[in-house]
Amino acid sequence: MNFEFSEDQNMLREQAQNFLRAKSDSKAVRKILEGDEPFDQALWKGMVDLGWTGVTIPEEYGGIGLGHLELCVIAEELGRSLAPTPFASSVYLATEALLQFGSEAQKQAWLPKLAAGEVIGTVAVGEGTQATTQKNMKVSATSGKLHGTKLPVADGDVADIAIVIAKDSDSAASLYLVELGGKGVARKTVKTLDPTRSHAQVDFDGASAESLGATGQGWSQLEKLFDRAAILFAWEQVGGAEASLQMARDYAMDRYAFGRPIASFQAIKHKLADMYIAHTLARSNCYYGAWALSTDAPELPLAAATARVSATEAFHECSKENIQTHGGMGFTWEFDCHLYYRRSKLLSLNLGSLPRWKDRLVTRLEESNLAQANAMPERA
Amino acid sequence: MDFSDTPQEAEFRNKARAFLQANATPKRQAKLRKDEPEAELIKRAKAWQKLKADNSWACLHWPEAYGGQGATPMELIIWGQEEAHYDVPIGPFAIGLGMCGPTVIAFAGEECKQRYLPKMVTGEEIWCQLFSEPAGGSDVANLRTRAVKDRSAGAGDEWVINGQKVWTSGAQFCDYGILLTRSDPSVPKHKGLTMFIVDMKAPGVEIKPIKQASGHSGFNEVYFTDVRIADDHRLGAVGDGWKVSIVTLMNERLAVGSAGGPDAGELLALAQNIEVDDAPAIANQAVRDRIATWYCEQSGLKFTKLRVQSALSRGGTPGPENSITKIVSANKLQGIGSFGMDLMDAGGILVDEPPMDGQFQAAWMTAPGYRIAGGTDEILRNIIAERVLQLPGDIRVDKAVPFSEVPQGGKS
Repeated sequence: MNFEFSEDQNMLREQAQNFLRAKSDSKAVRKILEGDEPFDQALWKGMVDLGWTGVTIPEEYGGIGLGHLELCVIAEELGRSLAPTPFASSVYLATEALLQFGSEAQKQAWLPKLAAGEVIGTVAVGEGTQATTQKNMKVSATSGKLHGTKLPVADGDVADIAIVIAKDSDSAASLYLVELGGKGVARKTVKTLDPTRSHAQVDFDGASAESLGATGQGWSQLEKLFDRAAILFAWEQVGGAEASLQMARDYAMDRYAFGRPIASFQAIKHKLADMYIAHTLARSNCYYGAWALSTDAPELPLAAATARVSATEAFHECSKENIQTHGGMGFTWEFDCHLYYRRSKLLSLNLGSLPRWKDRLVTRLEESNLAQANAMPERA
Repeated sequence: MDFSDTPQEAEFRNKARAFLQANATPKRQAKLRKDEPEAELIKRAKAWQKLKADNSWACLHWPEAYGGQGATPMELIIWGQEEAHYDVPIGPFAIGLGMCGPTVIAFAGEECKQRYLPKMVTGEEIWCQLFSEPAGGSDVANLRTRAVKDRSAGAGDEWVINGQKVWTSGAQFCDYGILLTRSDPSVPKHKGLTMFIVDMKAPGVEIKPIKQASGHSGFNEVYFTDVRIADDHRLGAVGDGWKVSIVTLMNERLAVGSAGGPDAGELLALAQNIEVDDAPAIANQAVRDRIATWYCEQSGLKFTKLRVQSALSRGGTPGPENSITKIVSANKLQGIGSFGMDLMDAGGILVDEPPMDGQFQAAWMTAPGYRIAGGTDEILRNIIAERVLQLPGDIRVDKAVPFSEVPQGGKS
């Protein structure tokens, strides 16, 4: 059995850590938090130069053709460093959508540019402050033209293309690929709780769209796409959780109260132990997710939901208790605690909320034979 | 990343499976053994242990000189995984083989090793561990059972033991035990301890079962009145008992298991077969939320274990990840037990023929013990904080004080 990352993958991790420690430090993140730039261009260019945007794209489409385990390694480090770039939207979602559902022509047209970082992609699903469903979705597609408003769209203000889910009729939806610089698209940056990641409102008024994948299969394709992305999001969340735990630990060791480091009080020790437990459970579930993603295992949907729920809970727990461990200082703008707190909520909402993922997890348990396998025979 | 065995591991697993298939009944086909008399259980357990020993499957990781097979930790794990699928009574030997044996191997004289270890392997003799006392639970080193060297004229090289132990699992059917005593109260508490092998049938040993909150009796109080132990049955040096006990407890690490009982899958099965307000309970969002949370914990523990085993398989040292196992599983068990009963509504209180053999009621009733035994939740959090996260230890007011001067509360 080998349930570990390989030596090469660990070398990639080391390289990523060194790069991000230098290029995505607190100062760089805060520049995006407090400035007008939607993302860190220099950091993005550096990531492109390292080949990260093409890590899962086959060489024939201009990528470097590594695999999803490598992408998991990168995702964890991006989460740890709060990297303010459109990587998740472009790589975990848009690139993955093209790889999964794109026609040969679409792959040839877009994957080389996505790999080269010339084009940024994203996915547009949400339409306001409730979960989007077939019934309440307003964005529609008629004869290859989109109408309606998507909000919020992660990186919608900087992306060149978007994969949009739109209604074909009352009972069917499809995925569409849209060039956001074209006619019939208006977009504006919107304010969110995590300004280190840019979001937009995108209005479609007859924008040209070509369908991506099978017509009428939008929801099932989106679910498949989100399952795959959820594992990568979960790795970002685990990276963020570990960073929050580390930060809380370091502060508790340094901060003295009542004549001793606060890390020597059981109230703090037990809190940090609970953070460690949540983080370890999530990390182990993410290992399983990484394995399922890299092997396209049949249990991927269950593994994805498990990693997603577990990592969402762990990052939230670790980021909020990191603030608590810091006391008053943790609630200042100056300390970085709130950056992790903000990012934890952003990541947990981006692919759909925790209660919905929990529901999805149980649906998948029902579909698997877990219940039957564990059921004790009823008494006669 | 892959879950498959190496070729050597696969070969070992196949051999283990072949032996088990030929000699034991899979759990799924086994009949329930509710209310089996203890004598019957011990008889079955000894027979199974003997069969394993006769076929070289007992105490795999022990040295061959004492009846073991010199197996790798990974082989031990594979055997454990395979044996767990079968209805075999291994419980009565868990403490003796898992903790006492390794301590005897590490600290006993050669004569004692030859005398005791092979009979542990064959199951002829069962062992228990005697550390906890009424005054020393989480603070084990606060124990008071006295060991005094008999210096009277004509006495052999012997110690005299007086005191009381508590929470001794299986003392009533054990033949020997390892006993932690205070040999010198005039030095600080960790320094005046000495460990012995004690004959549980010796004159002056009295065993009284403890009736637990659940109504069962798995533990005992053990009283020692002028019990004599030969000096060659000492484990480690005089005053080194604490060091020896650490080795005993370290051996718990490989053996650390989850609290057994219903898990997320059983709760799901219950929720599919029971109704809340005229709809299957599984359709209720609150029910789904809880199942998801517990499934994530169950899955997280499973893959944590696999990460540790993967490190072992590659010849590395396991990381600290396993330290979370008991704390998570015991609390999960308590939660699942309670929630399973909630699904039965007012009827959840019934113990006669409840759904799914009453496993939710049983889990809820036994879980408080799991959260305490083998390290309380609070001590385990300290261990994670201090050993894993490297946070400072507690300030200890009894550290440099002779044991005889350490304040002791009125309730011991």
